Amino acid sequence: MLETIRIIPIEHYVLYSTLLFVIGIFGVLTRRNAIVVLMCIELMLNAVNLLLAAFSTYLSDAQGQIMVFFIMVVAAAEAAVGLGILVMIYRNTKSTDISLLDKLRH
Amino acid sequence: MAQYIFLTLALLTVITALLMVFSKNPVHSVLYLILTFFAIAGQYVLLNAQFLAVVHIIVYAGAIMVLFLFVLMLLNLNEDSEPQKSSRWKIGAGITSGLLLVTLVGALKGSIQLQVPESSNPSVGLVENLGKVLFTDFVVPFEIAGILFLAAMVGAVMVGKRDLKV
Repeated sequence: MLETIRIIPIEHYVLYSTLLFVIGIFGVLTRRNAIVVLMCIELMLNAVNLLLAAFSTYLSDAQGQIMVFFIMVVAAAEAAVGLGILVMIYRNTKSTDISLLDKLRH
Repeated sequence: MAQYIFLTLALLTVITALLMVFSKNPVHSVLYLILTFFAIAGQYVLLNAQFLAVVHIIVYAGAIMVLFLFVLMLLNLNEDSEPQKSSRWKIGAGITSGLLLVTLVGALKGSIQLQVPESSNPSVGLVENLGKVLFTDFVVPFEIAGILFLAAMVGAVMVGKRDLKV
């Protein structure tokens, strides 16, 4: 058996990735630069990935790690399209401040 | 030994993530996030998920964060020009995320009943095993992921075009 899963209980991984996820949410709520908000979303995705990989190793089931692989695929696609949209927004408004983008509210 | 490595990497991840959120300069944020991703890759190695560790470094530190850095420098946002949210908003965000943390920890603590199998297979995260699973059981989602990448690429090019004639 792997030494890691004998020594470290799974609760540590759960608490650890919960903490990372909450830091990501805090960043999304406090930052106004849209690029940093996208980076915080990447951090949240990574917290979920880490927990999936941990459970996959503890149960010695490969499906969790395949799921992590597909989440990485979706994260890469999301970053490409999101940054394309951001560059377009910057061309039109000369800023990446997300609090300028509340036209739907008015 | 393993728990010291785990604790060191976990502390490094949390500290660099906090620095990423709190640093004023977006370029510093990107660099701290790259450090966070390297520490998470270390956690994957600790879990013996070597394929994931390598893919994580290639995809995140190699592709996504370089893309972020390029966009930051292209838009010339690398000075401390970002307007800050009001302190009342920040306190509200802190209370919200703290409540979420308390709720999640309270709900998850002690509720995990994991039956770790006695004869666990330590080679589950290696490339050979994962490749077999990926190309037998998950071959249709794998192909759909390829189509998703194509759609994302076409979408990014279309969105980024300056004057789109439809």
